[in-house]
Amino acid sequence: MDHLALPTAMIETPTALADWVIVLPLVLALLGAALLLMLRQIRRMPALLAGLVVIAIIACEVALLQRIAVEGPLSMTMGKWLPPFGISFTADIFGAAFALAAAFVTLIVIIYAEGERGADERGDGFHALVLLLLAGVTGAFLTGDLFNLYVWFEVMLIASFGLIVTGGRPLQLDGAVKYGFLNFLATTLFLLSLGLIYGLLGTLNMADIIGKASTANPAALTGIAALLLLAFGMKAAAFPLNARLPASYHTPPTVISALFAGLLTKVGVYALLRAGAALAGEPGYSGTGFAIGRHRDVADCPAGGDCGDQFAPGHRLPGDRGIGAVLAGIALPSEGGVAGAALYVFHAILTMTALYLVAGLIERRTGQRDTVQMGGLYAASTPLSVLFLVLVLATAGVPPFLGFWPKLLLLDAGVQQAMAGDWADGALVVALLANAVLTLIAGSRLWAHVFWRSGVEGAVSEHETVTLRTPGVREQWLGLGASVVLTALIVLAGLWPNLLFEGARAGAADLVDPARYIAAFGLAEATP
Amino acid sequence: MNTVIFRTIAPLIVAIMLMFSVYVCLRGHNEPGGGFIGGLIAASALAIWGMATGVETARKALRVDPLALAGAGVFAAALSGLASVFTGSPFMTSIWLYLDLGETSVPLSTPMIFDIGVYFVVLGTITSIALALQSGEES
Amino acid sequence: MDYALAVLVGLFIALGVYLLLSRSIIRMLLGVTIFGNGVNLLIFTAGRLTREVAPIVPTGLDQPAGPIANPLPQALILTAIVIGFAMFSFLLVLAYRAYQELDADDTDTMRLAEPEDTPRPPLSY
Repeated sequence: MDHLALPTAMIETPTALADWVIVLPLVLALLGAALLLMLRQIRRMPALLAGLVVIAIIACEVALLQRIAVEGPLSMTMGKWLPPFGISFTADIFGAAFALAAAFVTLIVIIYAEGERGADERGDGFHALVLLLLAGVTGAFLTGDLFNLYVWFEVMLIASFGLIVTGGRPLQLDGAVKYGFLNFLATTLFLLSLGLIYGLLGTLNMADIIGKASTANPAALTGIAALLLLAFGMKAAAFPLNARLPASYHTPPTVISALFAGLLTKVGVYALLRAGAALAGEPGYSGTGFAIGRHRDVADCPAGGDCGDQFAPGHRLPGDRGIGAVLAGIALPSEGGVAGAALYVFHAILTMTALYLVAGLIERRTGQRDTVQMGGLYAASTPLSVLFLVLVLATAGVPPFLGFWPKLLLLDAGVQQAMAGDWADGALVVALLANAVLTLIAGSRLWAHVFWRSGVEGAVSEHETVTLRTPGVREQWLGLGASVVLTALIVLAGLWPNLLFEGARAGAADLVDPARYIAAFGLAEATP
Repeated sequence: MNTVIFRTIAPLIVAIMLMFSVYVCLRGHNEPGGGFIGGLIAASALAIWGMATGVETARKALRVDPLALAGAGVFAAALSGLASVFTGSPFMTSIWLYLDLGETSVPLSTPMIFDIGVYFVVLGTITSIALALQSGEES
Repeated sequence: MDYALAVLVGLFIALGVYLLLSRSIIRMLLGVTIFGNGVNLLIFTAGRLTREVAPIVPTGLDQPAGPIANPLPQALILTAIVIGFAMFSFLLVLAYRAYQELDADDTDTMRLAEPEDTPRPPLSY
């Protein structure tokens, strides 16, 4: 028989132990979830175990981030196969930083949840599902393979399905049906475009795609990019595709909504960023299908500000927002735009979760979900009102807080493009500013309603008419404490943003010129 | 469904299916089969057991919560991937061990452990879903 | 053959979308499944159709004896089928629970999460 004369497709060099930091966060999260699932009925303190696992994950990710900052993107390919054949895990600064933010937010949520969850809720698998969700999110941030990304999306989805029905109230079932169908549809669309990419390019490795996309049929590539935009847009709940969000996010307990708001949509945006970089093939994003996205973003920006729709009428506490601003950044064909978008995602992971957590505290105090029925909280809890105000300002992008910096980068990039004569980008700048103003109006109005006025709407007397719950000591410490820690981080990061700026710039440079990213796979020498 | 014939024959079917599922799972590396198929067969066996004897009896017969089985599966699968840290190779690299038992040599490997993990994940999740659906029908 | 399969994929996806547009959750569930199967078929077609043998290495050899079919799309589809199956079973249980709790298989009557008479916005300030 004739042996095919193929070179061995195996990695021959041994793998350094230090390289394992890239898979460890993921494996730890999976192991932790599995352990918690096994010990669901036995273990008394699942929160402690989950917290320890997440702390270990954070430690790994800090090490990973440090290493990437020094050496550039890091990659590990499973099972010794050479990169285009084996599944790669690859992290650049963006992936690692987002994963770190996600793990930190998860830790905060786990602590916060301890204050809220009663003894009867033990054994419902909450912590196992949270860790599974974290595993999916971390995997999505750290993978270097599009099909693997799909798998992590699904892991995330299964975990979020489980979380959204935790408690099993009819309201949640209703929300879960809509959430489930629309998300499943989005991932199937993603799979569809994966099939087409494989058919067109013969590879699903992101670095390999970057190399091959430039020679592929641009028309076919544009079609695929449009499909991907549709799929990730649904994931990121960008404006015309955000139907699942208002239908479902308010139904589960607020802790779970907070986790969703912080993590799920951001993964969609990250995927869009990554896939956009891979498919556009060359620096200057404006090429290929993402041009389609650009025109939509203009409409998207004010829509992001109008969350708004959920924010201003206020019968539900904050909605998810700012996705429009991120997409605006992706649409801007420059490094500054990408850096701004990435920084925005980082900020949104932290700030959205914090906002939801504080909203949860407000709900616990007032026993209401409708802001019409709220009021007089300022007198009852000054720290809570300060927290909420700070977060509203951070969301709107008022200077000393974290939200200001990504908007500054985005505006700067937009103005530069507009000066160069690109009027669509000028419109983006206007939309961004409108977004900030609308958010500020909606947020401060909400603050005035919930905290400032003395009683519920329509109360005639000046005396306080609201009956507020006094929280227990444990609830107060854990809930408020966790929110304060997260908010403090947001404030501090806003005051000393240099490190973030450098990271965002370096990451954007790697994204626009992917030479270092490709080199990390070892593809440079592997393919002739 | 709850006829005498079905209830009498069910233990036999279930036993054969469980045995067959293990066989299918273990032959999966080089021949058609594998953890997923094996797990599905085992899960359908347990679903049949649930139909014949009632969900509560089936749960008792399992002794552990099906989802805990799924957790154990994920755990085993993740650990099998981690084993390659000791050989200086990347995550999920397979390690083989050939046990010589007299005339035959039994190949043991980390992919096998991974497959057994998959078996338990599928068995656990599908069983818990099937039992949940059945308990809904009864009430 | 590719063309026939492409038409079939289009048919599957059209049918899936048609069923998804229905108000009945069970029909939507079937629609999602058919949609998923269409996508799987698409991946299979995208991996090139050949008349080669199955990608199994015979006993005693280190590599396949002759030309083989592309194994990657099959692995991708297997993964997609497994995941799709898990999603389907979850959604099935969910639909069943929703039917029990909400007594509704019709999305028009499932308005708990998005009530039609939304409370009016606060008026002050």
